Amino acid sequence: MGRKTDITLLDEKGIRCDGRKIDQTRNITIKAGILKNADGSAYIEFGGNKIIAGVYGPRDIHPKHLADSDTGVLRCRYHMQPFSVPERKNPAPSRREIEISKVIKESLQPAVILDDFPRTAIDLYLEVLQADGGSRCAAIDAASVALADAGIPMRDMVSACAAGKVENTIVLDVNNEEDQAGQADMPVALMPHLEKITLVQLDGMLTPDEYKKCLETAIIGCKQVYEIQRSALKAKYENGG
Amino acid sequence: MANKTIIEQLKREQILDLLQEGKRIDGRALDEPRSISIETGIISNAEGSARVKLGDTEVVTGVKIHPDKPFPDVGDKGIFICTAEILPIADPTAELGPPNENVIELARVVDRGIRETGMIDLTKLVIKENKSVVGLFVDNSVINVDGNLFDACSYASVAALLTCMIPKYELQDDQPVQIEGEKSKPPVNTIPVSVTMARIGEHIIVDPNSDEWACMNARITITTNSDENICALQKGGSDGFTFEQLIKCSELAISTGSKIRKQLEAVA
Repeated sequence: MGRKTDITLLDEKGIRCDGRKIDQTRNITIKAGILKNADGSAYIEFGGNKIIAGVYGPRDIHPKHLADSDTGVLRCRYHMQPFSVPERKNPAPSRREIEISKVIKESLQPAVILDDFPRTAIDLYLEVLQADGGSRCAAIDAASVALADAGIPMRDMVSACAAGKVENTIVLDVNNEEDQAGQADMPVALMPHLEKITLVQLDGMLTPDEYKKCLETAIIGCKQVYEIQRSALKAKYENGG
Repeated sequence: MANKTIIEQLKREQILDLLQEGKRIDGRALDEPRSISIETGIISNAEGSARVKLGDTEVVTGVKIHPDKPFPDVGDKGIFICTAEILPIADPTAELGPPNENVIELARVVDRGIRETGMIDLTKLVIKENKSVVGLFVDNSVINVDGNLFDACSYASVAALLTCMIPKYELQDDQPVQIEGEKSKPPVNTIPVSVTMARIGEHIIVDPNSDEWACMNARITITTNSDENICALQKGGSDGFTFEQLIKCSELAISTGSKIRKQLEAVA
């Protein structure tokens, strides 16, 4: 946050550094069912983010002591490839990746009906091939499609999008430059039909009014993402699964 | 959490029954944090230190200060790093070994709250730009667990930072050397206050204790600064919040936070 930059983040016409308007998301494309071996999968391009989500399960859980006799267990690993960022990333899981894996898992748990599968695990793997700011939201969007593609019963989809503050203006879908040099970044995940927010984080500085506006803006973004997720799933089955 | 015990299930029912009547299991109001006690200057080998009790949750925190190389992309700022560890004496379920995801989240949320408010003016901790800066290392050791480690570690970190004394350094032959006898108070911009709330059923409670923590649906930690702006958020737990609940939480974080901030200001 708040790093110096030479880029004009927002010009006087309200156009952002990548040519978008303040209420516009980057280009998003999602494809369901792209992995042969996985029970469910999805590929997302969200701006410059390129992420594959793969789901295995419900299946036997290892190590066995993690089994829960009341419910299934959702496990999640968010993992960046060493080549996904400008400076090579050490392939071992970083503390950031471990935290993101946890918040992504907790954003999806409310939607997945785990009680139907006691003593089993649903393993969700999120492989970031290229990262471009907002990768946790893009990963959630792909994950939700992959879970549905795996036929796992869900209460709702989970759709995620960030909002933030740039040049004292609330903007939708913060990109990498805006994340580095902007004033706030707030990733949000929403179950669009149940109207429940399952992920919210923030770094930056917002007044109470801006906080409200930022949440509202992110929710609008989530609803746009939902439509894209829905068409991705429909497209797979219309094309014969 | 694997295998909820029968006792936890019974407690959840009792906690929910009480909340229907607007009461909590330990008699507090829904928006009432536990009493906070703060002692500072308890570790003479640390440049700053604090012992904070939030109810029965207890944390000892030390600030160690030494010169370091700046991060390559921010050569004009000092270093601030905050960690947390749950010691094996703190709880029967605490485990030795590498930190698990809960401990990593704890440390990162406490760090983010303090960092994003800009509590310490890191630009004033530069010995020579791009070459040598002062590093503040804040390490939280949890010694007893009774829920809500986020706020306890945050208050202890802030109290230890407010009372730390920073040695003066200068470069001699390109090496930072400490100047004996010259120490200064830290450059403080604002006082961050973290407030953690849990949703149990449709009720929002401030500062959940471990019984409440074990049966909550979801939680949120909100850090505000002295101007009562919102600077950091972290939702956790296996369920969500409605938009209205999130707005209510932000209001609670500001109103509760302003009372706690007075207590933190008093230690400086």
